[in-house]
Order: sequence, then C-alpha cells, then structure tokens
Amino acid sequence: MQTIDVADLDYKAINETLREAGSDFIIEGCCGQKFIAAGMSDKNVTINGIPGNALGAYLNNANITVNANAQDAVGDTMNEGKILIHGNIGDAAGYAMRGGKIYVQGNAGYRAGIHMKAYEEKIPVMIIGGCAGSFLGEYQAGGVIIVLGLHKDNKRIVGNFPCTGMHGGKIFLRGNCENIHFPKQVTARCASEGELDEIREYLSEYCSDFCYSVDELLSEPFTVITPDSKNPYKQMYVAN
Amino acid sequence: MSIEFIYPEFEVIRNENKCISCRICEQQCANEAHSYDEKHKIMMCDDSKCVNCQRCVSFCPKRALKIVKSDCTLRENANWSNETIKEIYKQANSGGVLLSSMGNPKPFPVYWDKILINASQVTNPSIDPLREPMETRVYLGKKPSKVQRTKDGALDCKLPPQLELSMPVMFSAMSYGSISYNAHKSLALAATELGILYNTGEGGLHEDFYCYGENTVVQVASGRFGVHADYLKAGAAIEIKIGQGAKPGIGGHLPGAKIVGDISRTRMIPEGSDAISPAPHHDIYSIEDLRQLVFSLKEATEYKKPVIVKVAAVHNIAAIASGIARSGADIIAIDGFRGGTGAAPTRIRDHVGIPIELALAAVDQRLRNEGIRNHVSLVVGGSIRSAADVVKAIALGADACYVATAALLALGCHLCRTCQSGKCNWGIATQRPELVKRLNPAMGSERLINLMTAWKHEIKEFMGGMGINSIEALRGNRLMLRGIGLTEKELEILHISHAGE
Repeated sequence: MQTIDVADLDYKAINETLREAGSDFIIEGCCGQKFIAAGMSDKNVTINGIPGNALGAYLNNANITVNANAQDAVGDTMNEGKILIHGNIGDAAGYAMRGGKIYVQGNAGYRAGIHMKAYEEKIPVMIIGGCAGSFLGEYQAGGVIIVLGLHKDNKRIVGNFPCTGMHGGKIFLRGNCENIHFPKQVTARCASEGELDEIREYLSEYCSDFCYSVDELLSEPFTVITPDSKNPYKQMYVAN
Repeated sequence: MSIEFIYPEFEVIRNENKCISCRICEQQCANEAHSYDEKHKIMMCDDSKCVNCQRCVSFCPKRALKIVKSDCTLRENANWSNETIKEIYKQANSGGVLLSSMGNPKPFPVYWDKILINASQVTNPSIDPLREPMETRVYLGKKPSKVQRTKDGALDCKLPPQLELSMPVMFSAMSYGSISYNAHKSLALAATELGILYNTGEGGLHEDFYCYGENTVVQVASGRFGVHADYLKAGAAIEIKIGQGAKPGIGGHLPGAKIVGDISRTRMIPEGSDAISPAPHHDIYSIEDLRQLVFSLKEATEYKKPVIVKVAAVHNIAAIASGIARSGADIIAIDGFRGGTGAAPTRIRDHVGIPIELALAAVDQRLRNEGIRNHVSLVVGGSIRSAADVVKAIALGADACYVATAALLALGCHLCRTCQSGKCNWGIATQRPELVKRLNPAMGSERLINLMTAWKHEIKEFMGGMGINSIEALRGNRLMLRGIGLTEKELEILHISHAGE
C-alpha cells in the first residue's frame, strides 16, 4: 500500500503516479483534482479529501473508495470496477456507464445514471443511499439504478422528470413513490419478490460496505420502474 | 387506388427487344422492383419500389434497362413544387417526420464553384510535379507558437501529438451500423495503404479492425456507444462529435431493428434496443465542460493522441471555434450543411446550418485575428467533391479535408438517397449479409486508393501551377483564390478578391 500526498500535485501528476507503480494507493489531501484514475485497470485507490470532476472516467476495472463527497461526472462511461463514495456526489454520475458499480452513501445531483447501458454480462449498478436530483435515469438504456431515500428528511426521493426517454434497464426507488410523476413511456409499480431478489445481492454488498441492515432496507416496499418499449421512437418517421 | 396514392417517382424502362429474361435484375434488386412472370415468360416491374440506385442498370448484361424520372406530374406550380406537395401527402398519410439520407440536395449556392484558382505566368515559374519533388504531407495537431530550447540550449523538439497524413484528406465518420462491415473494411484498408485516416463514427470499433488502429480516428459522441479504454487507446486520434453538418443540433438514432449481431457487439448494447445518441452531450453545457471531456480523454490515453472536436457549421461558428480552440482540443473539424448522413430529418438536413466555405473562411480569419490559429488544426468537410475543392479549402485556411460521400461513390454508391431503408443494393448502407457481400473490401479499397491517388496527382498539378511545392505553403494562401459572380459581402466573408482584381 502506497500513500501519496497530493496536496501539491495536479491531476496529471496524480495519474502519472498511479499509472507508474503498484496497484494499491491511498491518496491523502485530495482537493478537487479531476480525472483521478481515468481509464485505469487493476488498481485499488482510497481517496481522503474531495476528488474533482470525472473521478474514474472510463474506469476499466479498478476500485475507488472516497471517504468524503465527490463532485460531478463520477464514473463517466465506466466499463468495469467499483466506486464507493462515503458522502454525496454531484451531477451526471455514471453517464453512459456500461458496467461496474457506483455505490453512494449520501445524495446524488442531477442526471444520475443518464444513458446508462448494459451489454451481455455487463450490468452496471448505481445505488444512491439518500435522494437523487432531477432527471434520474434520463435516456436509461440498461442497468440498475437503486435509490434508497435514507435520511431524506421529508424530501422527495427523486427530483423532477425521472426516467425521461428511458428505454431499457430498471430503476428501484424505496417507498411507494405516490408523490413522484413519471413520464408516459414507463411503468412504475410495486416491486415483486422476484424483482427484489434481482437486487438483493447488490443491496447486501451495499449494506456491508456502509454498515446497514438489508432486512431493514427491505422492510419498506420498493417501486420498480421499467420502460414500456425499447424502441420508443419507432413510429416517428416516414421515408422521404 | 386511393387518396394515399403517390405516383412513383421513377419508371423502369425495359427494352423488350434487348431483354433476355435472364432475371439478373430481379436478383440484384433488394427492393423487389423486378419480378418474373412464369406464365408469360416475361420480366415485370413495380415502379413504386424503384429507388433509382442503378444496380439493375449496371448489371443488365444486355443494357436493356434504364431508369427515368416519371413525367406523370401534378399541375405545374412555381410555389407548390411536386416535391413539396408529395411531402405533404406523405405526412398526411403517416403523421411521420420526413426522413432522408445523404447530403442536402437543394439548389443552395456552392461556393466552391464560384471560386477560381491562380496559376503562375512569367514572373513566378510554375513547377512540374512529375519531375520535381512536391510535398503533400500534412501534420495535424497543436503547433508550438515559438521555438523552445532546453536548458543546455538545444532545440526542444517535443511537440504535442500530431497526426501525419500523406495528403490533406481523411475519410470522415461513418459508423459501423450506418454502413456495412465490408464498407468499413474497405475504408480501413485504403486509409492504411494511403497513409491517411478513416473514422469509426459513433458505432464502436469492430474487433477485426483494431489492427488498423494507426489509421483510425475513434469517435466519442453523446451516446458513448462502444467507448471504453481499449477503444480509446486503439485509435490514432479521438474525435468528440458535437454535431454533424446534415443534422446540426439533432442527435442520432439507429433503430433497434438494425442493432443485430456484430453491430450490437461493437456498440456494446443489447440486440433490438434503439441506439439513441442524445442531441447534446449531457455533461457539456459550456466550453469549460468541453474542456473537461477533452482532458478526461487525454488523461485516459496518457496525452498520446490528439483530440478532435467536430462541430456542424452553424451561424456563430467563428465564435464557437474560438471557444473550442481554447478548450484544449488539438484539431477542430467543421462539417458543412451539405454533409452526408445515413438518415436525418429532411427539414433539418435541408434548412439548418451554413455552407462550409463560408464557415471555414470565417473560422480561419477569427482564429488568426485572435492569434490562436496555431493552437489547432482545421479539418473541413460537407461536402468536398474533388481535388479542386480540396485545394480551395486549403487555400481558404483548412489543414485537411474530410471526405465521405465521394468515398462512398468510389465504393459504388449511386446517391439514390435511401440509405435509411437498409436495403442498399451496393452493399454499403446495409447489414443484410447477402447485400454486404456484394462489396468486396479488396476491390473497394482499391477503388478508394485509385480515387485518392488521382486526387493527389491533381492537387500536385494545382500546386505546381501556382509555383508552390509544399501544401503547407498553400494553407490560408487566399491570394491564390478569386471569386466569380459573388457579392461584396460574400467576398468579404471569404476574404478573397473578385476575379479580375
């Protein structure tokens, strides 16, 4: 395990250090440096302090743990690996991610999980412990987004316009979601036992990461949202 | 018939005296326009299915076929053209947005055709390119603004990453999905042989084509299809696609029906699922955000590859390009409003954007005025049709040109503009195995190499005529251009003089 004090390093220098040697790192004194571990494989990185935008962009099988908040675009176009955030995250987390996991203890900003995909054995999973901002799962094409609404202090579990343009994947929101307005092209219903079984493994992992009880999480009903069609725009065109 | 009937646009004319009923036309037509009447032993045709792709005409062994534009027209009306009226019918029949393929066919001015090139006479001798060395090689990428020296006084030769092209032309983005495997392979083979680059478009890179990586531009667009670390590292350069000349401001949409087999694997999305590229990148709302994407890509590829930002030519293109030049991008690609497409809403294609000639002139001038022209290279496309267009573009300030429609024509495209049907009889814009195999990549690449070799000769002839022996000396050399039949304003924007001046 190598400890790097990055207080005086810019993002380029940090990534050069990460690339050069070893696979296990602790980054101390992180303060807004962007792109940490972009495109990297086979690394275990723990970050103390707050990483900047695009943490773990194009991540290709590395593990990142942040012991604080993270900023925008966490796990942009992530392919494989795991990002664990002991805090809140900014906007557009997991944009177009195709695989791997982003587990957040706190809240997420706007557009979490936008255009998330899935492909064969690759099923990306994003779990947000608190609440998510507006446009959750916009254009979602695959994968699983789970929002738990823990410590939400009477806030709605998601902001406005969740699932706009969704055409694949699933979103699970803890609670009955009666106060949430969903667009026409998706169906929101109470998750069945079978559907909850699909996510039990992820929730167990999440609970062991953040010291929660799975049984307690599952004591409340979950709402599952799925798109009605994977070809929502089929009828829009006429050949000319 | 009914109110929904629209008279076919084309008629298939068969010379019965020449036709031997060999049925080749029937086999060649994926649109099923031709059929054989067993009972009467004659060939039949359904004009309504003909798209005028000329496949049957080209393959008829007896030259018994021709396709003509139908003379069955509505009453002439200068305001309501036949085309306009038929579009109304189509929309009234279906409620659909009109969808077209290939570039804007409307009679807007083509400025290339209103610009003339200079030649040396008497005072500055011309050069014979057949006997004297003539350099068409270009390097694309950020150039240092001054000579740097290391501590010991030696020249610091460390440059930002550059793309080397043997001639100032690249094949522009066409995704695997919009065009076939064999079309992609033809482009990859030709680019490698020619020492230029082709471009994956937003469809990912097929595993078979990673070996052509040194001659490949890999694209990252708003849908991020097929984008992962190995893909980014495979290419010689990475292109961020913000916009496309045929549909500025519009996203892409490959219908689920076309997401099958290899296409699904290469895009890394499930079979049958629509591939939607949203209109904007949802993480880009400013030049600062663009800078973030540029540098995240540079970080992921260790600063070894130039990053291209491709935008459509739109009204404020000069200011936009100035922003891009400051975003850290190495190359700006600008796509004019006549650029091609596999499918775009007709109205957008025909009415949005501006001509590349004006956009290029405006951008080059703006970057020069701001002293940042060397921070980026400029690549222009949409549409470059010949070596003359290339030479004019270079003289207007481009570093290189993007060519796609001309490349497809070399592969056999007859510009029938029905790519969206997926039934391309020439094996280009289709995924049907029986059609794809009609395009032989070895032959396709040879035709592309022929075309580009011919253009290279022509470019050298132009250069020699002007007394210029290096393409670098032609770039932005607008004194070599004169306008013909252009207004004061047009000349001012193009920054060229009128012929005779």
